Amino acid sequence: MSVKLNTRQIGDVSVVDVAGRITLGEGSSALRDTLREMVSKGQKKVLLNLGEVSYIDSSGIGELVSAFTTVTNGGGQLKLLNLTKRVKDLLQITKLYTVFDVHDSEVTAIRSFV
Amino acid sequence: MREDSRQTPETVERFLDSTLGSVDSAEELAVDAAQRAGFDEDDLMKIGMAVRESMVNAVAHGNRYNANKKVRFSVVSNTERFTVRIADEGDGFDFSRLPDPLSEENLMRASGRGIFLVRSFMDEFQIRRLEPAGTEVTLVKYMASK
Repeated sequence: MSVKLNTRQIGDVSVVDVAGRITLGEGSSALRDTLREMVSKGQKKVLLNLGEVSYIDSSGIGELVSAFTTVTNGGGQLKLLNLTKRVKDLLQITKLYTVFDVHDSEVTAIRSFV
Repeated sequence: MREDSRQTPETVERFLDSTLGSVDSAEELAVDAAQRAGFDEDDLMKIGMAVRESMVNAVAHGNRYNANKKVRFSVVSNTERFTVRIADEGDGFDFSRLPDPLSEENLMRASGRGIFLVRSFMDEFQIRRLEPAGTEVTLVKYMASK
């Protein structure tokens, strides 16, 4: 299975539910396209729900980093929600875990946006 | 590693096309062989990921998706070591100058973490230039229980 994306709005926060595999190719490019579209539409508060991400490779990690850079350079905020053990371990190994604002509760994550 | 692991020696060898589909195939072959060798879930994940990252390098960076170039993929499993070799037919690269993805200047780059992850997940990792062309990487996971 590649990646499945579902976007929903909670107030002024755009939540992207990501499921499946974020790997080089279809998976990472789909995520990239969705986030670019959001930024182009001026959405400043983005929450990536990664609770159903079964697999991510270094390309997928790169897309998370690119997304973070793109959103924050545009004056917005991008946060992560519900990291699986695999994703969390990879972010820690690559020293990126502390770069992102990570949450395990959607309610708390939504409230944390300023 | 499971105590009841079967450590039957095994060799798998394939010549794969330079496609992302081959990346999936190689990962599956490696994980299946590693499972038969008795590795636990954590090591299966690490082996699978290391193979995936190495295959992506061979397919995308080495062979540049060239349909006329193949990736030689092999798995050799014995009682002591689980060894994966992946060789491309590309122009090679200067692997003595790999950027450190953990450095401050590189941390927020979108790429450059593949080899670092392979080294993190495997017990041994070697790169060598092939003659007349290509690069071969060797990934080793020890069979002994940690």
